[in-house]
Amino acid sequence: METTQWNLWEVFTQESPGDPHVHAGSVRAPDAEIALQNARDVYARRGEAVNLWVVPTEYITASTPEDQGAFFDPGNDKAYRHPNFYKTPDGVKL
Amino acid sequence: MEDIPALEKKFEEKIASGIVIEPKDWMPERYRKQLIRMMSQHAHSEVVGMLPEGNWVTRAPSLRRKVGLLAKVQDEAGHGLYIYSATETLGADRAKLVDDLHTGKAKYSSIFNYPTLTWADIGAIGWLVDGAAIVNQTALAKCSYGPYARAMIRICKEESFHNKQGYEILASLMKGPPEQQKMAQDSINRWWWPCLMMFGPSDGASPNSEELMRWKVKRYTNDELRQRFIDRTIPQAEHIGLTMPDPDLKYNETTRHYEFGEINWEEFNQVIKGNGPCNYERVHARKDADEKGLWVREAAEAYAKKKLTMNS
Amino acid sequence: MEIKDLIFNYSLRLGDSSLVIGHRLSEWCGHGPILEEDIAMTNLALDLVGQARTILTYAGEVEENDRTEDSLAYYRDERGYRNLLLVEQPNGDFAMTMIRQFLFSSYQLLLYEKLQYSKDKTIAAFAEKSMKEVIYHVRHSSKWILRLGDGTAESHERAQNVLNQLWRFTDDLFDGDEVDAELTKLGIATDLSLLKPVWFEIVKKTFDEATLIIPQGEWMIRGSRKGIHTEHLGFMLAEMQSLPRAYPDAKW
Repeated sequence: METTQWNLWEVFTQESPGDPHVHAGSVRAPDAEIALQNARDVYARRGEAVNLWVVPTEYITASTPEDQGAFFDPGNDKAYRHPNFYKTPDGVKL
Repeated sequence: MEDIPALEKKFEEKIASGIVIEPKDWMPERYRKQLIRMMSQHAHSEVVGMLPEGNWVTRAPSLRRKVGLLAKVQDEAGHGLYIYSATETLGADRAKLVDDLHTGKAKYSSIFNYPTLTWADIGAIGWLVDGAAIVNQTALAKCSYGPYARAMIRICKEESFHNKQGYEILASLMKGPPEQQKMAQDSINRWWWPCLMMFGPSDGASPNSEELMRWKVKRYTNDELRQRFIDRTIPQAEHIGLTMPDPDLKYNETTRHYEFGEINWEEFNQVIKGNGPCNYERVHARKDADEKGLWVREAAEAYAKKKLTMNS
Repeated sequence: MEIKDLIFNYSLRLGDSSLVIGHRLSEWCGHGPILEEDIAMTNLALDLVGQARTILTYAGEVEENDRTEDSLAYYRDERGYRNLLLVEQPNGDFAMTMIRQFLFSSYQLLLYEKLQYSKDKTIAAFAEKSMKEVIYHVRHSSKWILRLGDGTAESHERAQNVLNQLWRFTDDLFDGDEVDAELTKLGIATDLSLLKPVWFEIVKKTFDEATLIIPQGEWMIRGSRKGIHTEHLGFMLAEMQSLPRAYPDAKW
């Protein structure tokens, strides 16, 4: 038989004010309002969140593991983006 | 064309060096299939597991017990959901998985096919069944598939109260009048052996074990986990005066493990096959809930569609 | 009646309604229309049984007769229960449960909004804390009223039938008696007749949006404040109270 279980939404929870939102899991919901309620009931039962995001799973685009080299390696050898690259004269605190 | 042998080699290397596999990583079809089978069974077990305890939600003997039990059974629903959610990262669809449960194609833990006959059974389930589950899941929290491992970490954190709640229920009964103590002991007599079966067939008779161990989905064998459970449970039983229904049970000073009697594997196989005391009731109850909920789910979808058309 | 009898009586009313509807919701546990909603209904049930525990404990303290939340919950018969008739109605289908919830939670919210200023400090604190929970209950149930009323033809028909069936119990919500009157004079309770039109506007707005029609000219059933119930409560209590009554000496 047809067992519709609604669409899939990804849930992100913010544990306390100022924290980043972290992926918690997913819920099924017919629309954004219900997705938010379901996320609250499923992923914040023990007060784990002060704020929630829900996003339809289909709208998330992830980089693929094959991209890994091209995407991230070029960022790894740019030492001048890190503070250790630069020298500070002795006796000065920056 | 993908070079499958090369990808497989890379995959096995990753597993060997302990790198966690994530949803978009290449993985052998067999790994994906085995995970979907194992994880959906696990999710189904959580959801079906709501039913035997749910039986007593409306009969809990105090309001404190009522909220405790209700919160516990609710957690089982939550845990089922976390694991379905992790299974869906492998490309499985929850509607299809649920359908497999309802048609009998998918299995779930044999333990939930036994009836809850007294309030003490709620204690026995929390203490023994959840205790066994914690031993299992603590091991799975280190499994090679990232979403499954993460779901297990979340579940283990939440489940520790279940185990304590069950033990508290039995400990209270054991402090009560003789009638209550008898009730507690009777529940252990009925639940102990089925709990040992929860870890699955002995290593020699477990068809999927070797492969799952190699892929680090399972980190310990069924027998290892069963032994770990027995070793940690017996002292807890003794502490409140409960005795396990096993005349062969004794502590071996040399191995520092408990030795135990022969498990009735014929019973285990029959219950898995669908011939347990409550198999029909459990699957029927889930199917019934799903069918009775269909019009609700359809209504919400229809409403969402209407609003979408109105707004565009 | 002495003031402590009035407060005792009033606390029973608050506690019993929360307990009975919480219990009803808990009957869904494991059988909800989808896992997410199963969890949501249990959250509602936990809030409501929690409310009952607080205020029944208080009732016991006020009475000064050594009765606890449990002796009050488990050792009173249906004639001793003071819950609203609406909340003891069986779950029926999901539409029945949600409409019952919406009618009740909207009422409870208005009531608690007033009671947070009660001169009885315990009742005031109880109302203030519980309000946060009830705001969510209203929100959750009203969203479902919209989806069921304005969803499919089948869901609309089910919701309308249920509304027709339950409406007759809504006057009972506001059927204040001398306990309400006396306590209102003392600034402890609130005048229910003033809540009624506000409540009606609120529920009508949601039902209108959900394309559901409030029945008119229904014969209204009352009696909760005298413990005159429908037949459903007795069976619920028989199940709920069975264990402590079968083993009066037991420790649970």
